[in-house]
Amino acid sequence: MSTETGHVDHLGKKMGMWFFLFTEILFFGGMFLLYAIFRSKYAQAFHAVAAEENLLLGTINTVILLTSSFTIALSIAAVKRGENILSSHLQLATILMGFAFLVIKVFEWNAKITLGLYPDSPLLLKRGKGEILFFGLYYVITGLHGLHVLVGCIVIAFMLFFTRRKTIDRGNYARLENTGLYWHFVDIVWIYLYPLFYLIT
Amino acid sequence: MMPRSDVPVAGSFYDRTGKYRWIVAEWMMSTDHKRIGVMYLMALLSFFSVGVVLGFLIRLSLLSPGWLVDQQTYNELFTLHGVIQIFLFIIPGIPVAFGNIFIPLLIGARDVAFPRINRLSWWLYVTGAVIILLSLFMHGRPPDTGWTFYVPYSIRTPANISTAVLGVFVLGFSSILTGLNFVTTIHRMRAPGMTWFRMPAFVWTLYATGWVQMLATPVLAITLLFIILGRFFGVGFFDPAKGGDPILYEHLFWMYSHPAVYIMVLPAMGIISEIVPVFSRRALFGYTAVCLSALGIAIVGYAVWGHHMFTSGMSDTARVIFSFVTFLVAIPSGVKIFNWVSTLYKGSIALDAPLIFALSFIFLFSIGGLTGLIIGSLAPNLHLHGTYFIVGHFHYVMFGGAGFSILAGLHYWFPKITGRMYSEKKAKIGWLNLFVGFNILYFSMFVLGFQGMPRRYFDYPSQYHMNHVISTVGSWFLAVGLIIIFWNLIRAVFNGEKASMNPWGGKTLEWTISSPPPHENFREIPVISRGPYPYDEEAVR
Repeated sequence: MSTETGHVDHLGKKMGMWFFLFTEILFFGGMFLLYAIFRSKYAQAFHAVAAEENLLLGTINTVILLTSSFTIALSIAAVKRGENILSSHLQLATILMGFAFLVIKVFEWNAKITLGLYPDSPLLLKRGKGEILFFGLYYVITGLHGLHVLVGCIVIAFMLFFTRRKTIDRGNYARLENTGLYWHFVDIVWIYLYPLFYLIT
Repeated sequence: MMPRSDVPVAGSFYDRTGKYRWIVAEWMMSTDHKRIGVMYLMALLSFFSVGVVLGFLIRLSLLSPGWLVDQQTYNELFTLHGVIQIFLFIIPGIPVAFGNIFIPLLIGARDVAFPRINRLSWWLYVTGAVIILLSLFMHGRPPDTGWTFYVPYSIRTPANISTAVLGVFVLGFSSILTGLNFVTTIHRMRAPGMTWFRMPAFVWTLYATGWVQMLATPVLAITLLFIILGRFFGVGFFDPAKGGDPILYEHLFWMYSHPAVYIMVLPAMGIISEIVPVFSRRALFGYTAVCLSALGIAIVGYAVWGHHMFTSGMSDTARVIFSFVTFLVAIPSGVKIFNWVSTLYKGSIALDAPLIFALSFIFLFSIGGLTGLIIGSLAPNLHLHGTYFIVGHFHYVMFGGAGFSILAGLHYWFPKITGRMYSEKKAKIGWLNLFVGFNILYFSMFVLGFQGMPRRYFDYPSQYHMNHVISTVGSWFLAVGLIIIFWNLIRAVFNGEKASMNPWGGKTLEWTISSPPPHENFREIPVISRGPYPYDEEAVR
């Protein structure tokens, strides 16, 4: 049953990861589709209500996530040069930035929920349909994106462990590279979410 | 029939590996594609049987509405029948069972590209199935929305929709991972010399299917998630009171579920493309066209979902385009049908059980496909939408197509999978009952639908009674046929004659190794220097 004959197909592994990312694109694609339809239907309301988002925190989060993409890319470069310790530090930095992103997100959500703005809240239902939809989309999409960030942090934690144990090294880093691909994907989704929710005012 | 070749068998994949004390643990933890495939096959056939029983009860109840079950139970029956047959049987169906067992064998590999992900998708399948079954026994009512989970009812009904939908969500994950695994396998694991156009046609169809599984299923996942979010958090993307739109649900749902039809039927066509050449001793006519038509169907299949919603409210432009593109699907499908028939022409036909099932597939699928053109055109669709005509149409395509193909594949590969041979005579008796019963059962639905009988209705005016009775009687023949077929196969697993390496004279790679295949399939990876069906070259020689 085990077919571990010693031969590892790096290209095959990477191919599998790209296929997985295609499915993720379609998963988020469903949400972007809804956003596009509702925005074209309630363009005015979307523009007006986006001003209620906290632009400062959103921008900070964008910077954090972009930087974390940079550190994970550096960690792969480090492993390729055989510098496992440096790589593991860079991975740790990525995880910490991922968590920072999530913590800021929690504060943002929390501020809105304290104001009484959450799906199906009495306050929100009193407002216009476009605004209800905007906040619905905001919670659903950033929520699922946050879930992906969390999953990414956990996966990177495993990679950190493997890098320390040297099961990931100069000759065998496909797993880390795939994790990097995933992290970049999560980052790219945010790059679209940031203008769609914070900048369209 | 080929003479029995007695090549020494180097053990089979059923032999204990000794890694685990319990046989259940050994199988559940196995990453062997053949074991995973066999487990899938058993699970699928079990769910199929449950689904058939539910369908049988629906028909019985329609004999005289109210004598067997009440309205609410009837709604639950047809919902479960649909959910089980579609999500637990026919969508995973051929890829996970026959694809798992035979892709590596057909392309000359020792396993799939990601054996552990393969095992993960089996576990996810089991988890999804358990969650769906939980929705029946949990506190509250079983789902009663129909298998499509249409809003707004699916958001408002007190039944256990969230649980069932979560189960389907998990199954979708399993399906995605299987598709991803197969596509990578076909790209990366082909034996030396196995070029794309030397691959058996079945592998081609699974390649196309794998792409559809990857690129359609996520859309279903997000749609189902919206239902759960709607139920738990009141997110109203489909609720007009909150600015949403219920038609959007239908679009998103069919954006997946129409391509899913091709997840069901493409590999079914692949099995037929394997069987027809072997039993007519001729190379598959128009091999290249058959392979490429699989990709053609997969691609066009993405752009036709709107034909499920012609009466839901859509612009005329959209409807005309959707209708036109729907007609385009007939071209690659027709390519396949004509090529199978041309393969048979002047062939040396051996009318064994697998071919009989395959021929029934061609016949029944043609009826299913042609009635599809009727309801794909706008004017008749307005009359026939939501009637028994639709029910008849998709049972001809799904059961007459994919279902018969699974039975054909089961009889074709049974000696390879189990190393035993079934009784040919009993298989044919079973087939006859099934085939006759099938046509009585579902053809009367075309008539009923044409007369205006709506689907999913518990009761009906007396003018429909006669055809409902005929249909129900057909279901009895069909059930008897299935019982004979499965009893014959189950008996053969335990008492059947030992099967040889190559009982049908097949030329593809799976017939070059012992039955059942050994662990890791090939002692040495074969080197390929010819196409998959070299019958004509042989005749010339």
